[in-house]
Amino acid sequence: MIGAQDLGGRAGFGAVAPEQGEPVFHAAWERRVLGFTVAMGASGAWTGDQSRHKREQLPADFYWTANYYDIWLTALTQLLEERGMVTERDLAAGHAVDAARPPPRVLKAENVAAVLTRGFPYLREARSPAAFAVGDTVRTIRNETPGHTRLPAYAMERNGVIEAVRGCHVFPDSNGMGQGEDPRWLYTVRFSAKELWGDDRPDSICLDLWEPYLVGR
Amino acid sequence: MPHDHHDHDHHHTSELSPIELRVRALESILVEKGYVDPAAVDAIIQTYETEIGPHRGAHVVAKAWSDAPFADWLKRDATAAIASLGYTGRQGEHMAALFNTATLHNMVVCTLCSCYPWTVLGLPPVWYKAPPYRARAVREPRAVLAEFGLVLPETTEVRVWDSTAEMRYLVIPQRPPGTEGWSMEQLAELVTRDSMIGTGLARTPQ
Repeated sequence: MIGAQDLGGRAGFGAVAPEQGEPVFHAAWERRVLGFTVAMGASGAWTGDQSRHKREQLPADFYWTANYYDIWLTALTQLLEERGMVTERDLAAGHAVDAARPPPRVLKAENVAAVLTRGFPYLREARSPAAFAVGDTVRTIRNETPGHTRLPAYAMERNGVIEAVRGCHVFPDSNGMGQGEDPRWLYTVRFSAKELWGDDRPDSICLDLWEPYLVGR
Repeated sequence: MPHDHHDHDHHHTSELSPIELRVRALESILVEKGYVDPAAVDAIIQTYETEIGPHRGAHVVAKAWSDAPFADWLKRDATAAIASLGYTGRQGEHMAALFNTATLHNMVVCTLCSCYPWTVLGLPPVWYKAPPYRARAVREPRAVLAEFGLVLPETTEVRVWDSTAEMRYLVIPQRPPGTEGWSMEQLAELVTRDSMIGTGLARTPQ
């Protein structure tokens, strides 16, 4: 979906504002949100792609102005409510009121280091050969799905060149909708600044794109 | 005044901001329902606040500058090369290293969310997650770089990497001149976080 999250190329947001000597966190509550969001991410109650999809469905006026950890908090609360794991009554009380509906796993402190150092690899065994090779010219599709996708609007219907073949990766368009991993070949595709923006400069933009986003030329 | 003092005490707990109240409420619910181990939350926070940070990426870069076989390994299989230094895991499962040259400058963004190589750089800065950088890095990278104080020759190719999948990118800046014979520890001191995102260069020794 071309939601508020699809920011590439949009105007109107002003200058980048780097902060000198920026701390890792700006408030104690940000620490807690990071901690319990990561912990719940390891619970198996949803996939990382479902979590991203929830964040990108937030209203634009909120998404464009909120503290990023509030984006996490708000989307996490919605994921929990949708699954009946947290209810409106719990939230109103600020404590557990309704019965628990436990996730598949609970991350224990003694397993944190192992889980964080293992991560969540997306590479899967290929079921078919790759359709494209390094150097091939490809064209991206137009993708106006209302669901989750990782093809940004600015790179739709543009010609590029395969820069790298990354293997067969979990496909977010399926995984983000709770429809299974459906692994597809992933490529890094390079586009010229001329092709994307009409600019006459020697620059280029690389995106990681799954095979269903691409057609041969 | 006593009256003011009384008011202050009376409002003490309600002086939590709305966001602090929401965070406290949700964490209480998650813990009471047994979904979250509070000690696990503490361990996660401690990991990203004190253990994982840009010093790891600086180690990777300094080793690439000092050790040609390692640099070659980074080019071929960055995930394995970086794992050999002990840096693996969440938001670094699939790594690629982008080597800057005299004619190519690499720069990393995530236009769709906030993808960032946590295993080697830690958590992203606020500006990396905010709309101005995400919107403009792909459209006008040279204007963005100028705001970071970096102006590149018009003939240098600026290559912007939009992290749209689970590949995570680490820029390997060029080794500054005047550093021949330096130890890896000395070299790592020159490697800034921004130089590994591509919004800066490595420091040049004075």
